[in-house]
Amino acid sequence: MSRLVFVLPLIALAVLVAAFGRGLTHDPKILPSMLIDKPLPQFARPGIQPGAPGFATADFRGEPKLLNVWASWCVSCKVEHPVLMQLKADGVPIYGLAWKDRAEDAQATLTQSGNPFARTAMDFEGRTAIDLGVTGAPETFVVDKHGRVRYKQIGPITPDVWEETLKPLMAKLRSEA
Amino acid sequence: MLAEIGQFSLILAFAAAIFQSAVPLVGAARGEPALMAFGRTAAIVQGVLIAVAFGCLMASFARLDFSVALVAEHSHSTQPLAYRLGATWGNHEGSMLLWVLILGTFGAFLALFGRDMRETLQARVLSVQAMIGTLFLAFLLFTSNPFARLSPAPLDGQELNPLLQDPGLILHPPCLYIGYVGFSVAFAFAAAALIEGRADAAWARWIRPWVLVSWIALTIGITMGSIWAYNVLGWGGWWAWDPVENASFMPWLAGTALLHCVSVLERRGALISWTLLLAILTFTLSLIGTFLVRSGVLTSVHAFAVDPARGVFVLAMLVGMTGAALALFAWRAPSLRSGAMFGTVSRESGLVANNVLLTAATATVFLGTFYPVLMEAVSSGNDKISVGPPYYAITFAPIMAVLLLVLTAGPLLQWRRDRFEELWQRMRTPALAGAVALGAGVLVFGVRYVVTALGFGLAVWCIGGAGAVLWRRWRLGQAEDATVLRLIRTTPNSVWGLVLAHAGLGVFAAGVTAMGAFSADKVLSMRPGDQAVIGPATVRLDEVRDGRGPNYQALVARFSLIEGDQARFMTSERRAFPVAGSQTTVAAVENGFFGNVYISVGEPTKLSDGRDALVVRMYWHPLVTWIWAGAFLMAAGGMTSLSDRRYRLGAPAAEARRRAAVPPQAPPGEGGRPNAGGGAPGGMPPIAVPAE
Repeated sequence: MSRLVFVLPLIALAVLVAAFGRGLTHDPKILPSMLIDKPLPQFARPGIQPGAPGFATADFRGEPKLLNVWASWCVSCKVEHPVLMQLKADGVPIYGLAWKDRAEDAQATLTQSGNPFARTAMDFEGRTAIDLGVTGAPETFVVDKHGRVRYKQIGPITPDVWEETLKPLMAKLRSEA
Repeated sequence: MLAEIGQFSLILAFAAAIFQSAVPLVGAARGEPALMAFGRTAAIVQGVLIAVAFGCLMASFARLDFSVALVAEHSHSTQPLAYRLGATWGNHEGSMLLWVLILGTFGAFLALFGRDMRETLQARVLSVQAMIGTLFLAFLLFTSNPFARLSPAPLDGQELNPLLQDPGLILHPPCLYIGYVGFSVAFAFAAAALIEGRADAAWARWIRPWVLVSWIALTIGITMGSIWAYNVLGWGGWWAWDPVENASFMPWLAGTALLHCVSVLERRGALISWTLLLAILTFTLSLIGTFLVRSGVLTSVHAFAVDPARGVFVLAMLVGMTGAALALFAWRAPSLRSGAMFGTVSRESGLVANNVLLTAATATVFLGTFYPVLMEAVSSGNDKISVGPPYYAITFAPIMAVLLLVLTAGPLLQWRRDRFEELWQRMRTPALAGAVALGAGVLVFGVRYVVTALGFGLAVWCIGGAGAVLWRRWRLGQAEDATVLRLIRTTPNSVWGLVLAHAGLGVFAAGVTAMGAFSADKVLSMRPGDQAVIGPATVRLDEVRDGRGPNYQALVARFSLIEGDQARFMTSERRAFPVAGSQTTVAAVENGFFGNVYISVGEPTKLSDGRDALVVRMYWHPLVTWIWAGAFLMAAGGMTSLSDRRYRLGAPAAEARRRAAVPPQAPPGEGGRPNAGGGAPGGMPPIAVPAE
């Protein structure tokens, strides 16, 4: 009986390690977003230039789209930029939300290095980003044809992320009713 | 070239560690002095090799060698030298190298200064220590090589995370690691004792300085982290129950229990198995802390180098080391008999209560930290749960309150057997003082603040109790002046240490209580010239201007803290680091004895009439410096105790010789009456395990 007490710590360790082992199988980079499988929050943002069209929640109906939160001051966004340009060439519709960015700076970046976005809108105060639960730039939301958020990519879309995660997901969303 | 030298040194250290794990163990089993001596040499060689590797990495940072990937990722040419050097351990690979550096240094110290130890015990400790070293060096070499090269080398590097560019960072991780790694020595001692089947008073004396050093370093490290977070994170919090903070706090709690346990074992030969288990658990908690930060099992602000592959490796180390030690414990410990018996009211009982409470506190923090992981493991859903401060307020705080209540009585108790009536005589004065503080608190603050008043009462009780230890020891008001003076002069440093540490906890408790009840905060939009009242202070925004640092631009806001017709300037900055692309806030903090005024500036904003203004957060933090002062007092107590001549390295052997010559007697002034009867502290027989 008393010998059993001395084995208890070992048993406790085994239980703990089993729990940790399972914890490791969850990908830590998938931060759960409150928005997953929920409709996009209501917003309507102006375009970069006065008069240029921005976009609003209603624009996300019809076909699956990417909503990319970026900024001219964001270094990782520059890393991501070539990938986005390639996606544009492949016909993927990307809506770009310039976050906490001045219109001049955002426009200059797009003019200089190319514009991957079907539409661009400004979120200078970061109000919409708060509703979206943006933690940093870049972040990309995959929105299905009913305007629901289906996935949130935190950090730049690398070719691997696109090939392994986002591309299959977009294909699946396109085939959904 | 430097990076390659570092890399080769690490590989050689790895080889040395492998041999050091096996050879002295065999030597101790066969009783061959040459093999045991090999262990000592290997430990010194291993320590030197790791130091060379660490020096190479540090030099690469100083010289901005961007062909080393780690340097390119964490250092930029505009970064000041101090932060370039600090960046050596401000990242995953470098911090792991610091970890093995401390491990190797401790191993070398064990070999150099452990000459008075029983040779077989020393050989076994060094061997276990090298097993830990082997695993960590493998972890470094195979999953996180700090010397990986980049080709082509970039022209300039990326910056160290600006949040980490703070003087606090330079010292916080090394202190923390000395604490974590130091407990590996305790672990090695426990494992060696189990292998040897022998844990006695002498063992407790050898382990004591190592436990104490680790505990002091961990105390300082955690405190520095708290101060850093307070000043840099810009929200004026000193503790957030963040998983990674908890990861450092759990070994501290367990280490505190271990420290007290070791003294029971050393003085009375009791609680042997429990001490061994605690030594194993304390280091395990340090390991779990490492696992936590680096595996991404929990997401946290501290989580750097989140990488499941590394997580698997650390988990494997955890299974290997702790699993083996606990298996050894399950096998050998039942045969270790507990030594002396003790009465229900006795110093030993007090220390058992201390251990029960500290263990319960550790378990509470453990559960709070890992509840999300444990829940995730059993549920399939993706809902992440987090456990916040309210949980700790209702679980951890009451345990601590009881601990404060008990710990004052502890040092006033006699070893072996005591009477409650006599104990009450000794602690009547601090109890009265505490009760008065409680009553006054309720009267002044109102009945709603009864918990606050209780906190202050406990703090007074705790500090008073520490004073009572000295009062009783010096026989103030009883003995003649000359005797009192002699008693004051001859008070051992270990007693001073105890008094300082316990009083420090009281100071700490007062700070926490005041912060919990009376801190205040405000968020305002201010223009230059505007005034605001926060707590007892009046603050005016004087001016807002632009500033520059070596690698950042800043928005500098100067405030005046107005006291009567005098004003003191306070400056808060918002720094933008263009290379890292991020911002930090440097809060303006006016440290005061009664409290801090804390101002941090936010973003520029517009008032409703369209004029420009600045978002300003202001806090009043009553007695917040007491929290850190209390913690530093505890550390100072530890250092004082460490300097006690009786416990110097090498002292145990001298003491053993002395005790062998002189018949055992009670230490002077301790307990007050002669220590009669069986199991005398001096002649503690080693407890041997029968060979199986």
